[in-house]
Amino acid sequence: MGLFDKAAQKSPWIIHFDCNSCNGCDIEILACLTPLYDVERFGVINVGNPKHADILIVSGAVNQKNQRVLKNIYNEIPEPKAVIAIGACGCTGGIFRECYNVMGGIDTVIPVDVYVPGCSPKPEAIIDGVVKALGKLEEKRKKMKEKGEENPFLPEEFTSELVEIPSLTSETKEPVSVSHNPEEPK
Amino acid sequence: MINSEQVPRSTVPFGPQHPVLPEPIHIKLILEDEKIVEAIPAIGYVHRGLEKLTEKKDMYKSIFILERICGICSFMHALCYCQGLENLMEIDVPERAKYLRVIWGELHRTHSHLLWLGLFADAFGFESLFYECWKIREKILDIMEATSGARVIISTNTIGGTRRDINSDMLEHIKKTTYEIEEALAYIDKVFFDDNTVLVRTKGVGVLSKKDAYLLGAVGPTGRGSGLPQDLRTTNYAAYGDLDFEPIYETDGDCYARCKVRIRELYQSQKLLRQAIDQMPEGEYAVKVTQKPEGEVVSRVEQPRGECMYYIRGNGTDILERVRVRTPTFANIPALVHMLPGHQLCDLPVLVLSIDPCISCTER
Ligand code: SF4
Repeated sequence: MGLFDKAAQKSPWIIHFDCNSCNGCDIEILACLTPLYDVERFGVINVGNPKHADILIVSGAVNQKNQRVLKNIYNEIPEPKAVIAIGACGCTGGIFRECYNVMGGIDTVIPVDVYVPGCSPKPEAIIDGVVKALGKLEEKRKKMKEKGEENPFLPEEFTSELVEIPSLTSETKEPVSVSHNPEEPK
Repeated sequence: MINSEQVPRSTVPFGPQHPVLPEPIHIKLILEDEKIVEAIPAIGYVHRGLEKLTEKKDMYKSIFILERICGICSFMHALCYCQGLENLMEIDVPERAKYLRVIWGELHRTHSHLLWLGLFADAFGFESLFYECWKIREKILDIMEATSGARVIISTNTIGGTRRDINSDMLEHIKKTTYEIEEALAYIDKVFFDDNTVLVRTKGVGVLSKKDAYLLGAVGPTGRGSGLPQDLRTTNYAAYGDLDFEPIYETDGDCYARCKVRIRELYQSQKLLRQAIDQMPEGEYAVKVTQKPEGEVVSRVEQPRGECMYYIRGNGTDILERVRVRTPTFANIPALVHMLPGHQLCDLPVLVLSIDPCISCTER
């Protein structure tokens, strides 16, 4: 790892969305932030804005109404991003699978990187899931670099649409002055 | 001078994903400048259809489904359902099971109120207080894990008693913990009661008069904060008839009063726990059930958030015909919508949290 890569590493910031859960998983996710487990000492911060986040933690199964919200939040998170499905519900639909309003696990709507099983999973398991997601994030960042996307922090759509800056030498007969010194002859 | 009709109105959406509330609820707020004039709640983000699911499963499996209506008061949901079926089938529950239910029930109330205190502190931006409250709460979760194997959804209730017993060493430990919790609470309750920054945010905010509370059907600490002394534990379900306690209520009806009710209930729960442990008889903790439910019954218990009601109808088979759940938050939402207009936008999180909303209960 070069010096730049080391400097470009950042702490994982987390956004939590409760999809259809019974609260059991949510309070365990919050319990991770409290003094006994205290993930903040590792730099993991729970943020409210998807645009600041790296990792999306979703608890509960997906239903007709919240799938749109979930997709929106997922799309707003900048690349590279990882998704963790918490609990039996998040993984497969769990105990709610047969309910008429439940479509299934999180992966029916968005791609999931890490599954944390349990009903509800213990905070240790959730922290373990976050650590696994960090590995995935690193892989994704590497892949983006190999693809030649200069800035790994920009989302894919943006990098592909970057406007090419025309070079000054070709075709333009009278290049625009870029000098900072106005007295310099053209 | 601008007259009020000239102030432009704006609409601010609150939720479904919002850092203050971990749960998805959408409230459409119509604002005049910073003042809320109207609040229109929209729910449906956590609706799963659990009542319908119980019609597919037999009554024993339904316990596990109904426990997952809400992870915070899961034990109380199972308790309400099991007590309803026991009344319907005329089962005599062993005395020890009744006391075990009181113990787990009060443990749940303690953990729920502490969780709420933490979130409430977070709502007005007092983060270290949030951490303090949740630190105390972990003591309860440790007991839950030791007695049942799970931290949150403990699944210890069953029709005809409980699925597990608590041995005497553990009971001693619980008793010791209640003293520790009281000690820790005495340290933080001063902040909630006397700290100026907290008082500014809670005193006189969201006043609900006794009459309004009654007419809007407020239950639990929301109603008790407004001076309605109704506590379903006084109807003597489980072993509450043998225990000595009085419903706690305050008369101010603001956020401060509701907070005070909950803190005083925390102390009360510790006392109830100690009483229950001291009086607990030896013996069986479950009986075998051979009857089938036939007919209909209404069962009510006092959850941390208020009165929870189950309506159950059986047709003489293992599979129930209908289970209807009415949860405390559902009863408290009209009171919340009544309280909101006239307040500043920044008071909204405090107001919403002061009724202790549990959205996944409400939508089932
Ligand atoms: S996995 Fe279990 S605890 Fe978690 S949301 Fe689903 S039912 Fe609740």
